[in-house]
Amino acid sequence: MSSRHAQLAEQFNADEARTNWHDQTLWWVRQKRDRAANTLPEWEQLRQWASDIKDHTLSNLHAYLLEFEKNALANGVFVHWAKDAQEHNRIIYDILQKAGVDRIVKSKSMLTEECHLNPYLQDKGIDVVDTDLGERIVQFREEAPSHIVLPAIHLKKEDVSNTFHEHLGTEKGNNDPQYLTHAARLHLREKFIQSDIAITGVNFAIAETGGIVVCTNEGNADMGAHAARIHIACMGFEKIIPKAEHLGVFTRLLARSATGQPITTYTSHFHRPAPGKEMHIVLVDNGRSRQLGREDFRNSLKCIRCAACFNTCPVYRRSGGHSYHTAVAGPIGSILNPNLDMKANVDLPFASTLCGSCSNVCPVKINIHEQLWKWRQVISAEGLTAPSKKIGMKLMAWVLARPGVYRFAGKTARWVTANLPFLVKNKTWNPWFKQREMPEAPKQSFQEWYKKQQRS
Amino acid sequence: MSSRNQILEAIKNAQPAIKPLPVLDYTAVTPIKELISSFEQFVNAVGGRVRFVDQSAELTLEIENARQEGRLILNRLNGFSSMDEISPDLNELEKLDRVYVRGSLGVAENGAIWVEETSMGNRILPFIAQELVIVLREEELVPTMHDAYQRIRINQEGFGVFIAGPSKTADIEQSLVIGAHGPVALTVLILKSGLAVPA
Repeated sequence: MSSRHAQLAEQFNADEARTNWHDQTLWWVRQKRDRAANTLPEWEQLRQWASDIKDHTLSNLHAYLLEFEKNALANGVFVHWAKDAQEHNRIIYDILQKAGVDRIVKSKSMLTEECHLNPYLQDKGIDVVDTDLGERIVQFREEAPSHIVLPAIHLKKEDVSNTFHEHLGTEKGNNDPQYLTHAARLHLREKFIQSDIAITGVNFAIAETGGIVVCTNEGNADMGAHAARIHIACMGFEKIIPKAEHLGVFTRLLARSATGQPITTYTSHFHRPAPGKEMHIVLVDNGRSRQLGREDFRNSLKCIRCAACFNTCPVYRRSGGHSYHTAVAGPIGSILNPNLDMKANVDLPFASTLCGSCSNVCPVKINIHEQLWKWRQVISAEGLTAPSKKIGMKLMAWVLARPGVYRFAGKTARWVTANLPFLVKNKTWNPWFKQREMPEAPKQSFQEWYKKQQRS
Repeated sequence: MSSRNQILEAIKNAQPAIKPLPVLDYTAVTPIKELISSFEQFVNAVGGRVRFVDQSAELTLEIENARQEGRLILNRLNGFSSMDEISPDLNELEKLDRVYVRGSLGVAENGAIWVEETSMGNRILPFIAQELVIVLREEELVPTMHDAYQRIRINQEGFGVFIAGPSKTADIEQSLVIGAHGPVALTVLILKSGLAVPA
């Protein structure tokens, strides 16, 4: 369905006060990012370095993955390779089965969302507890995260209070974030201690050392991974960076771009399993090698998942993450998801004004808005645009190619707008009028005015 | 062909012609001159606090007093009071009021402190305690993350972490709450330059 984003956005917009709150809150996060970035005079240099390091890495990925694998194996870590989501999920299930484990904790990993790991494991009777506070909230509510950094940003504290009252027995009507967070802390600390296996995501994987870096503010990745006997870290293969030195560049950019913090609370470097414990790394393709081969879209794989493009996007802020109906929403999701499934995601490259703000804030300089525009062309060439859009565009092209028709159409439109306004100011016939005012019809066209000027 | 080889083959065919790895010229990085005051400012900004220690006896006394008050203290510092064994029982560690560990480097631009596995004793210790105290020497501060990564070896030990402040979250309506899953408080004790530590 090619207008799915628009329809879901319309549902989100039904609550105007909440939409405004969402918009303003994310803009506030964007402003915090600006303040953090502005404290570093070398910010643009850092972005250039980050972009160049990622460009280089993507051009030599085969060698870096082999180097990473060799070093990780030497560190005593099990390395797995998964072609697609199914294989990723099966690998994890096999590890669980071998260990005889039926409950796990999981910290934030957008890859496992992309692979739909939770429903897969739950179908097999595994109890999966998401431990990031925002993710736990949406898990209780049987919803998907609506933002990759702030998973519950679509909810108000009253919603969280109701959810916790239902699932954790907190006081009804107590909406205090401090109180609610404390309740989650007690609940999740119990889960950490009970779990034999913990799954985490990966922010960076270092080829030179065979280790991984995981960043959190809550400490949930660490509580899970260190309490458990087995730590499984899941990563898309594009998380590779060549050297430890490069972490200096990326750790300076990541949290400042994401939330405006100077660094995340915890930047954890895992290299070898603790004595008597096991560590696994699952390297996942799931369409990434295909994206690597698409010249126009390749550098979307540079993304470090900071979500700065979400927070700045006028469409995301006003339509909410669920309107993107995918694991990764926002502008970056709109250029990644058509690669995963073009037919299911044809609407996403159109969920943008192409204003370019996403590209301007991106810490690794991905040309997001240009890729959105390029996806539109690919989608049109594949014949996947909505019939209404196709017919509209064809009609417009026909009119614009015929000056006589164009002038007549203009004149008619001016006359109708002035004399029969109910025909234009109509939400049923004119979707443009839904959230907009129609302009006053000018008395004459520019051409008529120009000709008059020439005569006088 | 195994998945591994299929993936590697696909990447080999898809990756573009090699692009150069940039040389990072750190003269572009703005220098930080007042390391201590910048570090202190950022530890505060990320929700922690800094105290300076002039006499090693002060710190020993602090640990011993806390123990006498009946608080559950786990001390991993060498040279200050006695060092404690770590229980393998997580339920017991979960009750710890305060843990003392040695940091090995502090970063002035963001208040982060590098802590390695050996000084933790058990990887979970700095996360599971209600309150964390990290001890650093004044000389162990560096300006930025670039300096930090030049100074440390990230794979020296099996696990190492930069810690900046107590654990926190803003997942409920963007309201900052200190004390998510990890410690609810972080104190950084800075040993004054030249302070002798009993072995």
